[in-house]
Amino acid sequence: MDTIELVNLKKRFGSRWISKGINLSIPAEQMTAIVGGSGEGKSVLLKMIIGLLKPTSGRVLVEGTDIATLADHELDNHYKKFGYVFQAAALLDSLTVFENIGLPLLEQGMSRRQVAPMLKEKLALVNLKEECLKKYPSELSGGMRKRVGLARTLVTNPQIILYDEPTTGLDPITTRVIHNLMHSMQQQLKLTSIVVSHDVEIFNYADNVALLQDGQIRFFGSAQSVWQSNNPYIYQFIRGLAEGPIAIDPGTAEQAETRVLPSKFWRRKPSCRSTKTP
Amino acid sequence: MVLKELVYPIAFSFGQAVLSLCDAVGRFSLFVAQAARTCCCRRPHLNKLLAQMNAIGVNSFSVIFLTGLFSGMVFALQTYIGFQRVGGTQYIGSVVALAITRELGPVLTGLMVAGRAGSAITAELGFMRITEQIDALTTLCINPFQYLVVPRMLAGVLVLPCLALFSMAFGVFGGYFMCVNLLGLSPEDYVGSIRSFVELRDVMSGIFKAGVFGFVLTAVASYKGYYAQGGARGVGIATTESVVLSSVTILIVDCILTKLLGRL
Repeated sequence: MDTIELVNLKKRFGSRWISKGINLSIPAEQMTAIVGGSGEGKSVLLKMIIGLLKPTSGRVLVEGTDIATLADHELDNHYKKFGYVFQAAALLDSLTVFENIGLPLLEQGMSRRQVAPMLKEKLALVNLKEECLKKYPSELSGGMRKRVGLARTLVTNPQIILYDEPTTGLDPITTRVIHNLMHSMQQQLKLTSIVVSHDVEIFNYADNVALLQDGQIRFFGSAQSVWQSNNPYIYQFIRGLAEGPIAIDPGTAEQAETRVLPSKFWRRKPSCRSTKTP
Repeated sequence: MVLKELVYPIAFSFGQAVLSLCDAVGRFSLFVAQAARTCCCRRPHLNKLLAQMNAIGVNSFSVIFLTGLFSGMVFALQTYIGFQRVGGTQYIGSVVALAITRELGPVLTGLMVAGRAGSAITAELGFMRITEQIDALTTLCINPFQYLVVPRMLAGVLVLPCLALFSMAFGVFGGYFMCVNLLGLSPEDYVGSIRSFVELRDVMSGIFKAGVFGFVLTAVASYKGYYAQGGARGVGIATTESVVLSSVTILIVDCILTKLLGRL
């Protein structure tokens, strides 16, 4: 069963079309990774799914409800189904970690004493110690901030979690820790997860992969099938090739030809080292 | 040909300027309307309101003290020079007090708070916008207007009249100090003139004006910060625009209010 269905979704900023007719069905209780180049509108797509941005045209069906047509007070109920992990965690600087994670509950009128045990439970889920509850976001490392952001998202018990580039700017070890965390959340809580990422390592954790290119979905399939796929877009993207249907500007192309591909990729598919674009 | 080359571009630019002005006024009106609706329909956060009253009011007190005191002293000195020529120095007290209570007190308070607290509001909300903290509040089912905008606007409306009242008191005292201690005017003349010519409604009109200025500066500052975009540079631009726009708006609104309140 599909939880989220995007039907001919289009979005324009000024005269520039970011999304040019996206059609995508996202299966329930699975992790779907949306990959694509920078500036392809992946974050815009996530914001249209949750309702932070209205599409110019098209429909976003969440469990059968078109959220593009919902009024503000109806959107509030819609948000309750979702958790959104922001790229830079988006923690409120003026609040401690305790207040950040507990914010949705404290704002509902719950006391700090009532909130505390729930917070400790969520903190354990994201492998953070209780000592960090008293700290401010500026005192945390990038990885810890992401985990606090994830804990804040989990505290409202969402059915669907959207991750906006959750590992950008993190070192490889912390990246793997965050990916493992997302995967274990997925397994334990049976969530529907949508992950926007540049990182091909996400294919190890996701169930499905969608490639967004030039405002449209150019590939959708299971994460296992990605490496065997002959789809020219995903083939070029995951191998980081300069030649192919994905156009890149000349400056970037020069860099791409001399780029060292992710070591993970070479370990997994050594035979692809000399492969050319079809 | 001349029409096409000269008139069309000018007309086009003028039309675009008018359209962007209408767009900005419309967006600002909708912003204020949404803040008003949130204020009426949802319980305001008392602790956030108090925190903002502290940030806008208590932390601006020293600036208001200095501004009020020295503007009163300078105004008294300038008035003394003029009145000495026509032989009316016994009326300086009333002129200083009327100018300060009706005009200088509230306007200078508004301008100083716009520069000090208004810029801080824009920068803070602007930073929250570009770092997606406002979007995060929305996704957590927390109304950003209730959480961020309404406490600031309410605090501005409540605190500015108090600050203006202090500014008026310091200004009148500054005038007294200048006239009596430095210019040799008798205290009876200064105080007696104020008692004779200054009425309660003069003070009340100043306080009312300050309340309106408080609303204007916090609304403009919140609006500019809430819709800031373009990274750190964008926040800087929004902050500058906020101070300029709120200062100019305060002066325009002051002109309109003076005309309206003058009839009462």
